Amino acid sequence: MGLEELYSVCVHCGFCLDVCPTYQQTGKENESPRGRVYLMKAAVEGTIPLDESVNDPVFNCLDCRACETVCPSGVKVGTLIEKIRGLTVQENPKTGFRKFLHNFFLRELFPSPKRLITVRKFTRFYQRSQLQKVIHMSGALRLLPKYLREMESVLPKVTKASALSVLSKDILPLSKTSKGTVALFTGCVMDVFFSEINMATARVALRNQLRVNVPKQQICCGALQVHAGDRDQARKMARHNIDVFLQSGADFIVVNAAGCGAAMKEYPELFHDDLEEQEKAMQFSKKVRDITEVLTEVGFDRPKARLERTITYHDACHLAHAQHIRTEPRELLRSIEGITLIEMQDADRCCGSAGIYNITHPDMAQQLRERKIADLPRDAEVVAMGNPGCMLQIQAGIQAGGLEMDVVHTVELLDEAYRLERAER
Amino acid sequence: MKHAELIHELIAIFGADRVLHKHNELVVYECDGYVAQSGRPRAVVFPETTEEVARVVQLLHREKIPFLPRGAGTGLSGGATAMNEEVIISLVRMNKMLDVDFENMRAVVQPGHVNLQLTKQIAKRNFYYAPDPSSQSACTIGGNLAENAGGSHCLKYGVTTNHIVAAKVVLPTGRVVDFGAEFGDAVGYDLLGLLIGSEGTLGIATEITVRILKKPQAVKTILAMFDRVADASETVSRIIGEGIIPAAMEMMDQLAMQAVDKSNYHVGYPLDIEAVLLIEVDGLAAGVRAESEKIVDFCKEHQVRQVKVASSDAERALWWSSRKMAFGAMGRISPDYVVQDGVIPRTKLTEVLQRIREISISSGLRIANVFHAGDGNLHPLICYDASVPFETEKAMKAGSDILKVCVDVGGSITGEHGVGIEKIEDMRYLFSDAELCTQIAIRTIFNPDDLCNSGKLIPKPGRCSEMKHTSSIIKQQLEIFVDKSTKSASHSM
Ligand SMILES: Cc1cc2nc3c(=O)[nH]c(=O)nc-3n(C[C@H](O)[C@H](O)[C@H](O)COP(=O)(O)OP(=O)(O)OC[C@H]3O[C@@H](n4cnc5c(N)ncnc54)[C@H](O)[C@@H]3O)c2cc1C
Repeated sequence: MGLEELYSVCVHCGFCLDVCPTYQQTGKENESPRGRVYLMKAAVEGTIPLDESVNDPVFNCLDCRACETVCPSGVKVGTLIEKIRGLTVQENPKTGFRKFLHNFFLRELFPSPKRLITVRKFTRFYQRSQLQKVIHMSGALRLLPKYLREMESVLPKVTKASALSVLSKDILPLSKTSKGTVALFTGCVMDVFFSEINMATARVALRNQLRVNVPKQQICCGALQVHAGDRDQARKMARHNIDVFLQSGADFIVVNAAGCGAAMKEYPELFHDDLEEQEKAMQFSKKVRDITEVLTEVGFDRPKARLERTITYHDACHLAHAQHIRTEPRELLRSIEGITLIEMQDADRCCGSAGIYNITHPDMAQQLRERKIADLPRDAEVVAMGNPGCMLQIQAGIQAGGLEMDVVHTVELLDEAYRLERAER
Repeated sequence: MKHAELIHELIAIFGADRVLHKHNELVVYECDGYVAQSGRPRAVVFPETTEEVARVVQLLHREKIPFLPRGAGTGLSGGATAMNEEVIISLVRMNKMLDVDFENMRAVVQPGHVNLQLTKQIAKRNFYYAPDPSSQSACTIGGNLAENAGGSHCLKYGVTTNHIVAAKVVLPTGRVVDFGAEFGDAVGYDLLGLLIGSEGTLGIATEITVRILKKPQAVKTILAMFDRVADASETVSRIIGEGIIPAAMEMMDQLAMQAVDKSNYHVGYPLDIEAVLLIEVDGLAAGVRAESEKIVDFCKEHQVRQVKVASSDAERALWWSSRKMAFGAMGRISPDYVVQDGVIPRTKLTEVLQRIREISISSGLRIANVFHAGDGNLHPLICYDASVPFETEKAMKAGSDILKVCVDVGGSITGEHGVGIEKIEDMRYLFSDAELCTQIAIRTIFNPDDLCNSGKLIPKPGRCSEMKHTSSIIKQQLEIFVDKSTKSASHSM
């Protein structure tokens, strides 16, 4: 869709204001979806320049899509924001340190499986050798802002190897019948810090009679690049994944990170000027499913073991708002006998993680983290969710707040229940 | 005072973070929910306390700089739009609930408190705040007070003015006063009643005491689809004629149904019905059951195509969302729209709808209709495209023609959205010069220099010798609100 088609849908009713986290915090309409759309429109139509009065609000947006859930007119605010970011990045290429950061993370590191392996090795060495301890004791981390220090301290222990390298290319379920084949998307950061969740995802799929493929040539989905306005790089990555996954011939492409799932479902948005590529992107995105979505779609087995836990569930923005997935994870969690699910206040308000927002906008991210932590029901022992970024953010908040609560991915609980049933047998 | 000096003073009161003043960042404040007219403010400030509101108003009053209060900016008549380069005093950061007293059924909120948030906060104790404008998820109680907002459930429970019992107000001179009484009726003239619905022209409410209600024991919601509008409107009259006052009774026509069905709240209305009624009854369980059965019977007696009672909370919520999203969903079928707010005697519904259809044909603009059928409050939604030359003017003209129809059948030009700038000229159709002068005289008591939201609600009358006379008397005795003892203490009245 062109820009005008996107913004002209807005009738300025204001229903989006009170669900926008940055508006809730600041009270400024510039920092609201309606205001941002108005500014973007004015900039595109040339009544104001595309300068910091537009760019700041556009880059302060969390891209959480809460506005899209409530918008009666169906304005695609996220897409609009991402496109304008693209324009800005094109027009004012970043310079200096920001350029270095941008290029290093978004163009060199994340898109390269090899470099990610290096990072994984280094981080694992850092965590397992005495280095982390030494650095902690030396106080060198004090050079980092407090907020980043807190994130560093909750980084999970890196496992020996990534799921992408451990899992075989094609794994058959134990059962004779199969409900279809899923191609597992393992992600970039996910597979460095949360490869166990990838393993759990594979096990849960297999347990539910799904055949699991793991296309070995896959790379990072490009979501962070789209959010940062680097659409060229994102397109390259999308093209690559589209080819790799379509070749696998799987019925579904299964994702366990909300941000990646949303970005992959939206690949067609990247190819407006290339109809052929867009057609392929559509074929691809039609197959993309969150793991909780595919399980409820093909039907899942209720775990036969009990898991005595009081839990609460946090809606990752890119599950709830971008993919409309709210009931599926709850249904899965409730299917586990012994689990008591307490709903938290405003479960679908952004926790402030938002891709790399918590690094680029630490102030706002921290305010939102505090609100999220305040909303966690104090009698819950576990908080479950479906996105790795949220997991780190909420974990850091829980630790800073001195709470005792485990942070898990939805499939981890399910996996635990299935494993218990095997143990009990 | 020079602009730079003013900004300097504002920053001295609020700090740089709570003052917007750069040309381009003010763009977003150039209109509210009514987009056909716009005007850029001089600055926007974000007070957090009554004292801060009083301080900035004192400054602006002293320097004779125009200003206006703004809530969420969902108003549909341009009430919060700065047509005179006002300083906008945004109340959205004053959004706290200050007190709640369940035993006595009262809550005190700051003006920026969002309507639905109040209900959410007291829901655990089974309480709610009754006035429910469709915009309730975004609009503020302060904005509701200023517009005397109504809502679907106001048919039975009454509009905002029936639910606000007291308010702390910063007058346009910067003085802080209290209107109303938490319990019982304030003695003397009903100044609170005057304030409510005054569209920000008499002062800025900074603390509002509202009634809160216990949720009804039972609710039943009925959706009835009619082949003909006439049958639907006769059903409405019949229900009320039989002595039933439903909590809500709403109607939508085919074009409105098409728009909402394209939104996230898809009900799936048939494409060949002319009208749908959404009726809700609430109260004690036994009564509610009996009433809903009767209503279903009346619908059947009036050739309803299909009528059903919501079978779950989810279904009920879907029907309501579908109705409440209707204005916003216009974006699905038209780049721009303007909504009118005429009121008519209920019995004239069929006739007026026919006249609206004629206006639609002659103007060449599509018009969808959504309305609070129970109290005859129409919301014709006129679709237009501002980028087509002269279409905005055409839409305004069509709106004005519709209001004339409403007045001609014995109704009025606004039920709940206020006059603002949008309908200000239509006021002349409703009131004589002398009547307008009287209103101005009243405004002058509170807002002597017409600095606070100037050019809204009351048009300048053509000739007004009377007015000059009255206002000079008032000016001489202006000290009406002056506190003789201390300058900042608040008064009760
Ligand atoms: C989609 C949609 C549906 C709507 N449905 C309804 C409906 O069903 N019923 C209904 O009545 N209205 C409805 N409205 C109109 C609007 O929401 C109401 O008028 C609401 O009361 C405005 O509140 P606000 O906070 O947005 O005020 P604003 O739009 O910011 O301001 C409205 C007026 O109030 C004044 N004001 C604001 N705060 C204060 C204060 N603290 N003290 C004094 N004056 C103040 C402003 O100067 C302005 O004149 C709807 C609007 C939209 C966009």
